[in-house]
Amino acid sequence: MKHWKLLAGAALGLLAGLASAQKTASDAIAEYRALLADGNPAELFEAKGEELWKTKRGPKNATLERCDLGQGAGVVKGAFVRLPRWFADTQRVQDLESRLLSCMSTLQGFDSQAIAKTPFGKGEQANMEALVAWISAESRGQRMQLPQAHAAEQRMYELGKRAFFFRGGPMDFSCASCHGEEGKRIRLQDLPKLTKNPGDGVGFAAWPAYRVSSGELWGMQRRLNDCFRQQRFPYPGYGSDVTIALAVYMGVNAKGAESIAPAIKR
Amino acid sequence: MNKRFVWGAVATLALGAAGCASLPGRPTAAELDAQTLAMLKASFRDEGIATTKRLEQDLGQQACSAETAPPEGVAKRVEAEALASIKWPTGGQYLGDWREGEKLAQNGRGMTWTDKSAAPSANGANCYNCHQISKQEVSFGTIGPSLYNYGKIRGVKDPADPASAAIVQYTWGKLWNSKAYNACSNMPRFGHAGLLNEEQLRHVMALILDPRSPVNQ
Repeated sequence: MKHWKLLAGAALGLLAGLASAQKTASDAIAEYRALLADGNPAELFEAKGEELWKTKRGPKNATLERCDLGQGAGVVKGAFVRLPRWFADTQRVQDLESRLLSCMSTLQGFDSQAIAKTPFGKGEQANMEALVAWISAESRGQRMQLPQAHAAEQRMYELGKRAFFFRGGPMDFSCASCHGEEGKRIRLQDLPKLTKNPGDGVGFAAWPAYRVSSGELWGMQRRLNDCFRQQRFPYPGYGSDVTIALAVYMGVNAKGAESIAPAIKR
Repeated sequence: MNKRFVWGAVATLALGAAGCASLPGRPTAAELDAQTLAMLKASFRDEGIATTKRLEQDLGQQACSAETAPPEGVAKRVEAEALASIKWPTGGQYLGDWREGEKLAQNGRGMTWTDKSAAPSANGANCYNCHQISKQEVSFGTIGPSLYNYGKIRGVKDPADPASAAIVQYTWGKLWNSKAYNACSNMPRFGHAGLLNEEQLRHVMALILDPRSPVNQ
């Protein structure tokens, strides 16, 4: 990991240099990504995730190999680009992480509520990050195609859209304050417009991602959690309906975008 | 602030909506609105200074929570209420120290669930997150317009001159409650929401209006 941090530091220095040379932020970031393209450290998380999937664990000493991510028990390839979706057994629309919680509970006997309350990056949440890295990587290069046939999926899209535009908090921010227009930035950070398909490997099609600045692998739950923190909102529950509704809204809008997850981010 | 909805009423509406949704056909827009509020209430919890009270919308927040702008009559009412809310500076003192203003403009901290205090003294003004301001700072956001040469472009040679009064007062009002001039402005209401105190606002005013500030060189 130390090697990666050094390389990242050098790349960030280069990034700053490029930015001051009046290149656009996105040009600089694209070059920065290209620098690291030969070896995304997310690969380490992917390897751990695959191992976890196939390892007998939990009170029931079982693997996750019979987990149904929406394409049938044990089918991993192609599952990620079709989530969140409706699941009849739980009677819920679930994203990848809330679905994994269900599988860890029913197949392995883990306490899903305890895992949901565990801080990001700790204990089973660290294992969750590895699992989402591997599962998303198994759909790398495929295009986003969330199902919208079930009434509950259509309803979650509508609730997600409303949540996306919901203003509140001491700064009056909504998701749309930052992600409702084309070509905007906060400082030098480009902000994808998420009310439509923002393009291949951008926005919803780029998470989970390895974050160079912290050396962590973030799933979409953690990405949304930090958005809400910066939005100055109260704390969203892990796997709560607002997070899933927003994922449905962004994911359906991103229909046809190529998934590059797990991506690499600054 | 006008609290336009009460959670109890929301819960009742949501229950009614759930009943309707079980009938054939799609839920109505009003039912989905009520279900959204119930979903938010169930999904968020208090964490530190960031409590669920932050989800209780006032008129302006509610009016500006859709993909489309509110009807003109509603927007005018939001703007009129915001204008009436502006507290003008004590003793007519509008400008402070631009150097302190630059520090505040650079500071993006405050009001998150990881911040200990919600007092203005714990907050930055977040300006560079969204605006270009001085030429020296190249790391600026673009959600708001460039404020480079803000005072100079508007002909402010002496902020104390009565000729500058209109723009100086407008700028104070915009910082205190941005919704006075644009109902659905993206900009926070720094004075009205208690994000910055009068002294801090004076410093930010100086950064963009003082002819000696680098912003106006």
